[in-house]
Parts: sequence; C-alpha cells; structure tokens
Amino acid sequence: MLKAAHPERPDALTWAFLGLGLLLLPVGLYLALSAPPDVNQGYLARIMYLHVPGAWLGYLAFFVTFLYSLLYLFRQDPRYDRVALASAEIGLVFMGLALVTGMLWARPTWGVYWTWEPRLTTTAILFAVYVGYFLLRGAIEDPELRAKAAAAVGILGFINVPISYMSVKWWRSLHQTQSIDLTTGKIHMDPAMLQALLFNLFVFTLLYLGFVRLRALVAALEAQKEEA
Amino acid sequence: MRTKYLFGLVVILGALGYLVFGGLGQNLVYFLTPSEYLQDQARYQNRPVRLGGLVKPGTVQYDKDRLELRFVLTDGVAEVPVFHKGTPPGMFKEGQGVVVEGRFQEGVFQGTNLLVKHSESYQAPKAGWTPEEVRKLIEEAK
Repeated sequence: MLKAAHPERPDALTWAFLGLGLLLLPVGLYLALSAPPDVNQGYLARIMYLHVPGAWLGYLAFFVTFLYSLLYLFRQDPRYDRVALASAEIGLVFMGLALVTGMLWARPTWGVYWTWEPRLTTTAILFAVYVGYFLLRGAIEDPELRAKAAAAVGILGFINVPISYMSVKWWRSLHQTQSIDLTTGKIHMDPAMLQALLFNLFVFTLLYLGFVRLRALVAALEAQKEEA
Repeated sequence: MRTKYLFGLVVILGALGYLVFGGLGQNLVYFLTPSEYLQDQARYQNRPVRLGGLVKPGTVQYDKDRLELRFVLTDGVAEVPVFHKGTPPGMFKEGQGVVVEGRFQEGVFQGTNLLVKHSESYQAPKAGWTPEEVRKLIEEAK
C-alpha cells in the first residue's frame, strides 16, 4: 500500500480518501436522518445507518488484515505487517461501534441490551480475538517474531468473519437475517432506506481507506524511529 | 516454509468446517420451539429454558394495573400458555415472533424475560409519517 520506502507525509491518495470521506460524512448523516421511518420500528430503524457500516467495516478491515498477514508470511516484508496492524486497529474500532449501536438498538426493539444468541456471540468472539491480536503484539519485542505471530492471529481470526456473517442463517437466532442478502441477492428494504444505507456504506469505506493508509504510515514512521 | 503454512491453514480450515457443518450446530440451540419442548420434557425439567414462537392472535391479555401479561405461544404445531410479569416491549404484538426465557410451573410457562424478534424487512409506512405530519403531531401534543 505504501510505495515509497521511507515516506514522511501522507500521499495525495490518502488525503483524497480522508478529505472526500469527511466531506461526504454530513451528507450521509443528512440522508440517514431524512430517510423514512420503518413501519414496525419507526425512527428506531435509523440506528441501522451507523450499525451496518460499522459492522461492514469491521468485516472488511479484518479481511484486509487477513490478506496482508498472508502476504507478510509469504514475502516477509515489514510493510505488509504494518498494513495488517493498521487495518486490525481500525477494524476493532468499527466493530466496537457496531456492538455499541447494536446494543442501543436491541434494548428498545428486542427488549434487552445483550443476549447470548449466535450473531452476538460470534461477534463478541471476533472482537475478543482482535483484542488478543493487540495483546500479542504488545507482548513480543522482537519485530520479526511479533509480525509472524500477529500474522497467524490475523489469518486464523478472520475465519470468524464468515461464521459471524452466516450465523443468522445457520442457527436459530434472535437477530434478523440479512436485509441485503449477499448469498441470495435479495433485498428487503425500501428504496429510500437502501439508498441512504448504501451511501453511508460508501462514505465509511472511503474513510476506512484513508485511515488505513494514514495509520500504516504512522506505523512506518514508528518503525523507522525504533531502528534508529 | 510456504507449504508448512499452507498445510497448517488447510488443517485448521477443515477442523472449523467440520465444527460448523458437522455435529456442533445441533447442540447450539438458542431457543426451543414449544413442540420440541413438549416432546422431550424430561430433559428440560427444572431447568430454565428459552421458548421461541409466535404470539397467537387473539390470546393476548394484559392487566395494566398489575402488569400481568398472558398470551399463548405457538409454533404452528404445539401451543404453550405464557405468563409474564412486566410491561411488554414496544414491539410486542399479536402474530409477532418472540423468545421467552423462563420455566414451566403447573403447565404454564412463567416468563422471566420477554424478547421480541423483528423481521429483516424495512419498509416505509404508507401514510402519516411524512416530516410535516410528524411535526404537526408533535405540535398538537404540546
């Protein structure tokens, strides 16, 4: 992701992702707040415009960590390790956002903040694995060993993502099945709501791309300092 | 080196695949349906269980003063009378999917926790929800 061996400041693409993402964020918020309410849930359904992008970015970020962890194991280039680290960190933040917004949504709709049903349990495990990823990174001092161990967790931890995504179909759960079902292509959503959701997904993805490049750069500068 | 990693990955993926698609799925049941419970009552005797099903239309009785909610939970095959003390959640209504935590006492399921399962479908209301109409409602309520 970072082409120059020793970059000192973010490149134009990073700035473009961050700038465009931040610029469009209020537009996404406006769309979310002006989208129609749901027949059954009323305005409560609008938590969706934060909850779904949060979960999506968690999944996407852990996938990128998985890819760059694999790349690191095959190529042994510390740059790949830094991108894996950056992505896992951002993924953890957004997965946390999905968990918090999910709990705030569950209380008025389901009746409880938390229950150990399949989707919630698998997501909690997923979150815990990536907390473990950072505990492990913090515990190992040798950079090469640290990168290798982290890559192993980054690869194994990702297995939880498809399990978490499919959990609502594989097991009896309280969580509803996917409204935008990627396995069947069926969409159970009002067009106006769908547009607002897709726009927010797009904006959050832009921000993720900007964040991951910026964080990888910071990690590169840290590594440079560590060497010197 | 590379084949070693690949081999490890395949072994772990295989094991997880077995866990997911194999026998584990049957033992991870979040809730039982009324007919499953009634078929195997001895197994769940004196144990807290979760029952899931639909609220049978026409059976909901709610005593507002004593906060006593009674309804019949059905899975289309078996029916179970449920007694729950407390205010029903906002989305609780007839025909709605619910999960009740509790245990059986003298043929009635005593609920300690009532959870409402909502659908994956999001639809805008036909009428009455445009911003102007909502603003009017709020102003009238003042």
